[in-house]
Amino acid sequence: MIRRITGWFNRHPRATLRALLAGPLGWISIVYLGSLLILLMHAFWSKDSFTGKVEPFNWTLDAFAQILSNSVYLTIALRTIGIAILVTITAALIALPVAYYMARIASPRARALLLVAVTMPLWASYLVKIYAWRTILQSNGLLGWLLSPFGLEGPGLTEIVNTWLVLTYLWLPYMILPVYAGIERIPNSLLEASADLGGRGWMTFRRVIFPQLIPALAAGSIFTFSLSIGDYIVPDLVSDAKFIGNVIYDNSALGSFPVAAAYSFVPIGVMIAYLYFARRLGAFESL
Amino acid sequence: MHTSSRGAPAIRLAGLTKRFGGGGDPAAVAGIDLEIADGEFFSLLGPSGSGKTTTLRMIAGFERPTTGHIYLHGEEVTDRPPFDRDVNTVFQDYALFPHMTVSENVAYGLEVRKVATAERATRVKDALRMVRLEGYDARRPAQLSGGQRQRVALARALVNRPRVLLLDEPLGALDLKLREEMQIELKAIQGEVGITFIYVTHDQQEALTMSDRLAVFNQGRIEQVGTPAEVYEHPTTAFVAGFVGSSNLIVGEAAQAIFGAPGRFAIRPEKIRLGEPSDRVGPDEGSVLGKIRTVVYLGADTRYIIRLDIGGDLTVTQQNLRPPSVDAQTAEGRSVRLTWMRAHVLTLADDPQVAPADTAEGP
Repeated sequence: MIRRITGWFNRHPRATLRALLAGPLGWISIVYLGSLLILLMHAFWSKDSFTGKVEPFNWTLDAFAQILSNSVYLTIALRTIGIAILVTITAALIALPVAYYMARIASPRARALLLVAVTMPLWASYLVKIYAWRTILQSNGLLGWLLSPFGLEGPGLTEIVNTWLVLTYLWLPYMILPVYAGIERIPNSLLEASADLGGRGWMTFRRVIFPQLIPALAAGSIFTFSLSIGDYIVPDLVSDAKFIGNVIYDNSALGSFPVAAAYSFVPIGVMIAYLYFARRLGAFESL
Repeated sequence: MHTSSRGAPAIRLAGLTKRFGGGGDPAAVAGIDLEIADGEFFSLLGPSGSGKTTTLRMIAGFERPTTGHIYLHGEEVTDRPPFDRDVNTVFQDYALFPHMTVSENVAYGLEVRKVATAERATRVKDALRMVRLEGYDARRPAQLSGGQRQRVALARALVNRPRVLLLDEPLGALDLKLREEMQIELKAIQGEVGITFIYVTHDQQEALTMSDRLAVFNQGRIEQVGTPAEVYEHPTTAFVAGFVGSSNLIVGEAAQAIFGAPGRFAIRPEKIRLGEPSDRVGPDEGSVLGKIRTVVYLGADTRYIIRLDIGGDLTVTQQNLRPPSVDAQTAEGRSVRLTWMRAHVLTLADDPQVAPADTAEGP
């Protein structure tokens, strides 16, 4: 019996593929995309103004009108995207020298230690790391203590700049690892060829190394950018600034599901546009 | 030959050594003194691990010598970084920049040295014409064949008009036919530009074909320097006799029996004549008797392994002049007389290195 079944699958490779993919694809399409679809449908449903209850399949664009009529929504979207871009650029600026050192200069032993150092924070809980930053940033915290001899104070837990700092810290490993892999992939002879043709360090970096790292940087930026866009715990815990996620969270907590759902179109749209852009840069080949 | 010295030699190496590991490791380059004249096509020939590529990389500036000095046209460049030396390299793997087009690759050296845009364009065009790649400017390396990439690498190096061009086994990745074409072309280009070429290869045929002079490397040292004919006809060591062409190395009791002296001798397989045991031996000839042990048909030639009556084996190759050369294969076990001109016997310096040659030792 088993021989007959395996024999049949062997003669029908496409059926084999379908049988193998049925489980995971079914999971993604029904459980994941299905729930996302239901969430997005909420944006087009009306809300009873008296009871505050959502009326399914009662189609309206009220939620979108509400978002467009209030400039706060635009401000918060731009703030979130702006911080996500800043976090991405900062992570890239830190990742380039660190990854270069790891891939090209460090001894095998130092390279292994650095790889552990970069990935170790990923083993710790996200919330624990944010609370650790709270103790650093709060007005009588570690940073304040370090700055006090210079007559400066700690930033406290209200500044928006804290979100930039903490998000960069959180997502940095996701940038370092693809950039490290990208630098390792560049054959040494290309760097020698550049030097041979008269290129000094900076020239070689600008004309030979950096252009070949664009796919790796784009791949890393998918993580740093999308994780920053979607985060709502960091802004809540280390600053008093609101991000897109906070607005969605607050609205759903208040029962305004249509507004929350309508506003979630913003990060989804931004991410689709970003992924398209990253694909053009070759990011998916270097993930 | 370029033996006359017009001023300083293009390259002078003095006491050059390179150790990669600690003091206990064997040296990759173990003391090299060499002068290469201006305009010469000079080959560094040797098996892998003999130090020839390391020597080239020290001339280019990619490796720093452990001790010794490198002079480029009389000027010491030992401690200068690669971007500060008037030499350019053609890499074994070509090392073309994959994100740049052919013309951007070729223009890179000019761009770095801030050559004016108009002049840059003309020089790139000229370089591409020289390597017969006109019309390929806009292609990327990935869209080229191995031979075309090779030409781009050559154009990229030559466009800078270096005083010395270093080539690290540039034809190693090409197939035989293309390699032979490129050998001729490289030689022609070298004649045209008049730049000193230093050419690393492990292929003795290539080195003999192309070089004005060559140096044979073995275990980090130079065994012999000379013109191709000198090195082939008068190898001074057993290693050179075995590595450049092939040789029968005859030492010990066999040498005593055949040559009447206990030294180290070699005879090229193609210099030995195969005949009947009753053949007459001339006054200026040497001879020995044996039996055909193995016959290997090689197309243009046939190779015979002869078991000598006094012990040991000799290899003999004969051109397949007379049809039917296949007859030869039925000859195994036959008694033969091997005869050679005494002038073709090579007397080698006593050296302890074991050479990759067929060795006939006493029984």
